[in-house]
Amino acid sequence: MSTVMLAISEKMAQWLSTTPSWLQNAPEGIQNIFYQLYQTWIMNDNWHYFTDGLKVTILATLGALVIGVVIGVLIAVIRSAHDSSRKKPPVALRILNALSKLYLTVVRGTPMIVQLLIMCFVVMVPRGQEELLRCATITFGLNSGAYVAEIIRSGIQSIDQGQMEAGRSLGFNYGQTMRYIIIPQAIKNILPALGNELITLLKETSVATVIGLNDLTKGAQIIVSTNYTTLVSYISLAAIYLVLVLALTKLLSIFERRMKNSDR
Amino acid sequence: MTGEVMIEVKNLEKYYNGGKIKALDGISTTIHKGEVVVVIGPSGSGKSTFLRCLNLLEEPTGGQVIFEGVDITDEKVDINVHRQKMGMVFQHFNLFPHMTILKNMTIAPMKLQKKSEQEATELAMRLLKRVGLEDRANAYPAQLSGGQKQRIAIVRALCMQPEVMLFDEPTSALDPEMVGEVLEVMKQLAQENMTMVVVTHEMGFAKEVASRVMFLDSGKVVEDATPKEIFSHPKSDRLKSFLAKVL
Repeated sequence: MSTVMLAISEKMAQWLSTTPSWLQNAPEGIQNIFYQLYQTWIMNDNWHYFTDGLKVTILATLGALVIGVVIGVLIAVIRSAHDSSRKKPPVALRILNALSKLYLTVVRGTPMIVQLLIMCFVVMVPRGQEELLRCATITFGLNSGAYVAEIIRSGIQSIDQGQMEAGRSLGFNYGQTMRYIIIPQAIKNILPALGNELITLLKETSVATVIGLNDLTKGAQIIVSTNYTTLVSYISLAAIYLVLVLALTKLLSIFERRMKNSDR
Repeated sequence: MTGEVMIEVKNLEKYYNGGKIKALDGISTTIHKGEVVVVIGPSGSGKSTFLRCLNLLEEPTGGQVIFEGVDITDEKVDINVHRQKMGMVFQHFNLFPHMTILKNMTIAPMKLQKKSEQEATELAMRLLKRVGLEDRANAYPAQLSGGQKQRIAIVRALCMQPEVMLFDEPTSALDPEMVGEVLEVMKQLAQENMTMVVVTHEMGFAKEVASRVMFLDSGKVVEDATPKEIFSHPKSDRLKSFLAKVL
């Protein structure tokens, strides 16, 4: 046995002596897992890495969602207005529409991680964690915007054409028909899909570790790099994400049921 | 028919695929105040397209629609103002499913004619009473039968107090036993001298209520005459063979 390994097992033996007797008598495998749990969470107050990382992850997710929804609504409005105008749309609208299309193509046609690398090493070049978080949030927001735009557009398109015709035949203009008749119905299709986008974003922010953002995933990596506790640290990490996603899913399904109830 | 001119249609054309398909191929007619014009014809003859061109839900490729003296096909005209005076009833009702019946009926008068909620509600309730559905004012469209939905669709359009009512196959999506109640409402309207343009397959309605029947085929008006002439003395072969099939 090397001296390093010896040192580790010595530390473990020391820790074991402070534990209840049933653990001291347990098989070595069980002891190992409990020691890793101790190293991952308790030793040197390591749980701080998780909680601090979680804060960053949640900030990035919510920030990105807000940016994504703003961009998504803008793009969806531009695209729908362009597609539904009966005559040839005005030049400004056509330029905006072309730009939107380009944006959608680029964002959806390249990997998230590549977008992050370009934004944070070429475009913005952030210094320090605060700037890194801002850069990552903006990148995720820009990315999410493309998907939110399509969610909103398909939500609007899912409404029967007859609704638009009925609104217009009463004398409402395009904007009024959208506001009073189409959007209130489309929202019911849009919100659940938007919830899924939130869940996707939450998981996807883990990619930000490649630019050195101290998010939840990075926290686990830091713990592992000092203790080599790969098994328990990464399973803990997965468990945290899973709990968050399950909680969100539950919230969304309650929300959805509420909306269905208001239908009748 | 003597009344003043309500809608004048001049050489109306609607082409698709750059002229390959001629849905409307030069239709001209004049619709007077108080007239009930029933448009019949085989499917694909352009009768629905014709109706939808009257309020520009369908943009005509050529020709003019002059409504109360204004050429509404002119691009400078604000079509929304004129549509307020042209009620439309659709084959598939197109009620707003997220609103109560009352809201369906009051939203347009309130937002477009700036009527107070009380005023709009009073008018809506009066109309609902007329079609015998006042007890369903707070129901949602999904809770109604097809016939009820279509009666609501008619009174929703009437809430805007239109000058003319356009009906696009109003009974075609209904179960047979519900056709009668809808036609009854339309008959009442005709008796009150509402100007109506009706696209329908209900030949009985055409015979009984129409002041004039237009027979369309391949985007053209083939015959345009009183119901008596159309049904008893059809002139063209196409109308004869059409009537042989539907009667």
